[in-house]
Amino acid sequence: MTTTDHRPGSAGGTDEPGPLHGGPDDDYSPERLAAMDATELDRLGARYDGVEVLHVDPAPAPGSRLEKQASRQVTLWFFLAGVFALAFLVVYVGSGWFLPTWRWRIDGSLWSDLYTPLVGLTMGLSLISVGIGLVLFVKKLLPHETAVQDKHDGSHFDRVTTAATLNGALTNSGLTRRKAMTRTLGFMGAAFGAMLIAPLGGMLKNPNTGNPLGTTLWADGVRIVRDDGTPIRPGDQEPGSLATVFPAVPGGHFSADSPLMLIRLRPEQMAEVQPRAGQEDFGYGDYVAYSKICTHAGCPVSLYEQETSRILCPCHQSQFDVTQGAKPIFGPATRSLPQLPIAVDDEGYFVARGDFPEPIGPSFWNIGRVS
Amino acid sequence: MATTTAAPGRPAPGRPTTKLGSAALEVDERLIVAGPVRRTLNKVFPDHWSFLLGEIALYSFVVLLLSGTYLTFFFDASMKEVTYGGDYAPLRGVEMSAAFESTLGLAFDVRGGLLIRQMHHWAALLFVASICVHLLRIFFTGAFRKPRETNWFIGVGLLVLALLEGFAGYTLPDDLLSGTGLRIFSAVFLSIPVIGTWIYFTIFGGDFPGELIIGRLYILHVLVIPAILLALIAVHLLILVKQKHTQFPGAGRTEHNVVGNRLFPTFAGKATALFFIVFGLCAGLGGLVQINPIWLFGPYNPAQVSSGSQPDWYIGFLDGSARLFPPWEIVMWGYHITPVFWATVAIPGLMFTALALYPVIERKLTGDTASHHLLQRPRDVPVRTSLGAMALSFYIVLWISGGNDVIADKFDISLNAMTWFGRIGMIVIPPIVYALTYRLCLGLERHDREVLEHGIETGVIRRLPSGEFIEVHQPLGPVDEHGHGQLAYGGASVPKKMNQVGGARRAVKGFFKPIEEPAAVQAEARRETRGLEAARESRELTGSGRPTEGGRPAEGGRPSEGGRPQQEPRD
Repeated sequence: MTTTDHRPGSAGGTDEPGPLHGGPDDDYSPERLAAMDATELDRLGARYDGVEVLHVDPAPAPGSRLEKQASRQVTLWFFLAGVFALAFLVVYVGSGWFLPTWRWRIDGSLWSDLYTPLVGLTMGLSLISVGIGLVLFVKKLLPHETAVQDKHDGSHFDRVTTAATLNGALTNSGLTRRKAMTRTLGFMGAAFGAMLIAPLGGMLKNPNTGNPLGTTLWADGVRIVRDDGTPIRPGDQEPGSLATVFPAVPGGHFSADSPLMLIRLRPEQMAEVQPRAGQEDFGYGDYVAYSKICTHAGCPVSLYEQETSRILCPCHQSQFDVTQGAKPIFGPATRSLPQLPIAVDDEGYFVARGDFPEPIGPSFWNIGRVS
Repeated sequence: MATTTAAPGRPAPGRPTTKLGSAALEVDERLIVAGPVRRTLNKVFPDHWSFLLGEIALYSFVVLLLSGTYLTFFFDASMKEVTYGGDYAPLRGVEMSAAFESTLGLAFDVRGGLLIRQMHHWAALLFVASICVHLLRIFFTGAFRKPRETNWFIGVGLLVLALLEGFAGYTLPDDLLSGTGLRIFSAVFLSIPVIGTWIYFTIFGGDFPGELIIGRLYILHVLVIPAILLALIAVHLLILVKQKHTQFPGAGRTEHNVVGNRLFPTFAGKATALFFIVFGLCAGLGGLVQINPIWLFGPYNPAQVSSGSQPDWYIGFLDGSARLFPPWEIVMWGYHITPVFWATVAIPGLMFTALALYPVIERKLTGDTASHHLLQRPRDVPVRTSLGAMALSFYIVLWISGGNDVIADKFDISLNAMTWFGRIGMIVIPPIVYALTYRLCLGLERHDREVLEHGIETGVIRRLPSGEFIEVHQPLGPVDEHGHGQLAYGGASVPKKMNQVGGARRAVKGFFKPIEEPAAVQAEARRETRGLEAARESRELTGSGRPTEGGRPAEGGRPSEGGRPQQEPRD
């Protein structure tokens, strides 16, 4: 159905359409088309594309009240869109010029609080006004057409002829006979593909060199310090309190696996303490220290309810009992929070007596084989 | 093409007479576009609101591209430690990453930057939401059936990519909230059996958090994933254009046609309007409704977290799944499979695999291998509808559980009770929803059949000579000797109110006062060839649409029947 109205090129042909030239241009001469009005031409083209216009609800008659009202509405919305856009520009450009500054001030300023809402509101209203104007235009001022278009499920002719072309090329290539070449192509493709993705191997890091998953910054004699870097003496904390503390080494505050909870148990809690086997001497007096990193998904467990001795992780609500070696008692966590062995040094400050006896944080495949 | 082949200079009919026409001719003589353009303009689009859902996703993606490009002019995807010295006094002197500092800069040092950032965030939420609702529409109406399985697979791929894209973007500011989310994701990678630690070390370039992850997520977020999204969206739309739209069954609609509006001007006008409205909505939300105020959260610190932390809505179901999964850790010879793996890798993996493969599964189960272009009403396919509702209820239980701490706090419920509600609910609620939905579908189906057989309830009560009261029913078509309708159900909506079959004229236009003659509307209703009006031209109607004198609505259509009620009263 397409027209191939190319002119033969320099190959010596005459300046005439080829034998395949034709299609609608042959059926519809310019004279015949010139005799048709715009609607007829529109419908003709539509039919040519498999579209039939079944029914048209005409637009309101020009000059009628309905038309006047609708066009007033559409005009109003487009006008509003312009007004809001202008308002946006005034606020956006004018702030800090003839309007108060938009910048944030600690003493607070009404205008800087209003700035973002105002630019958002004016921009949003402007855009939405354009949209409403367009909807009203289409709904109220355009004729409503019902058109139907044919749908084709594909043609047998196309399938057979395309397959013939493809098969012809395959046969001519001889790939079906030349087995060695076909196999080599397979080998080449595999090796070539592997070569292309191989450089991504530069991203690989071995998680087993140097045991990074099993060690933290804690070591024997590393002092336990607060957020502000000050060391802690026994007696600094009230019974029943929890402090988040860090190793006194460079980078200790931002290390992802070293945050520690130093907890001073209340006397009632002391009576119930059941340390984990082999970790009976990890505490110091009424102090115990547990890793702050949840053994479920690695969030910092933070919420300590001293009446029930529970520590809650706010991410997935695992709950750990500090009197039972931080054993998980509710929620998805499966392992106790690792306990850090602590002591007091010569100057009377808390220090670690070594690293955690087990990996901190979430479990992984070979956690049982890492220490 | 036809009108443009006349050689210039030679007087010929159809030669352009206007400057614009001449310009168009010049263009077409070079590019030969008139034919393809006409075919495009003439393309017919079915007119149904639910077909706009995918468009909303497309337009929010455009908003995302525009606003996101703006954000890249200011964002510095680096984890280098800097000390903040900008306008926002409460954070001055605080050590943070350059990524967090530049995101603060967008809010406090860039004129209008906060608007664009918040617009970007809102558009992202809208993007994923509209994809999900679009997916539900496709699912429940059976639009994924042959020949559209390919587009279903692409659509599910787009959804997964949208989730990844959203997660990557959410993490970029390196604030306390997103950092906590990233740490949970690190646990997800770590939980994968056998290769988990390798994946974890490879992604982070070492132990969490390292110094590479923000830069890597950035390039994923602004280049890799958007490029794939864009390519897939292009293929999605090309396939859509090639296959043409599905349509709901109705008058004149068949498996071999599309009934609706041509692209130009009606559909193009409405679609452009929708784009502006979506854009405007994002801009309005971005300005008026604060989202992700990272300056209140502060920079990421592995030792800190705030309670009530909530991810963006589309990640919530993963959080819920992680919260609900019981503490079951499988240990074999010192090797561990953790609950995090089941909750955040295995369960979502199964969910998305089942979702992607659903067209294949349904084909296998029903043996239906035909091509379908007419949509199904959900009630007509009770098993699929119930399966969908069941899956949705499972998702919703997980999603609610993702915020169960907030619910527990606001409604003063025990947190552990909420967890148990979710644990039991995720198993018990879906089958209940399945059974309920199934019954609901059957009930709706039966009601359709009943109306087709007995007619619409007219609200007209008659007293029979025996003293019995009956309600008169309006048959929808010809009836047999027992007064039973003979119309078969055709998969289309069955009218159930008299107004839907022309029992009342359309409303007279005008908001405060009528702007058209009521008599003209009446006359138009008479001329109307559809509905029952045609058969009842002579009968007077009162304003309520009921016959003025006690005649039965069916009377007009079948005058030969006299006064006999045309059907048995329904009991």
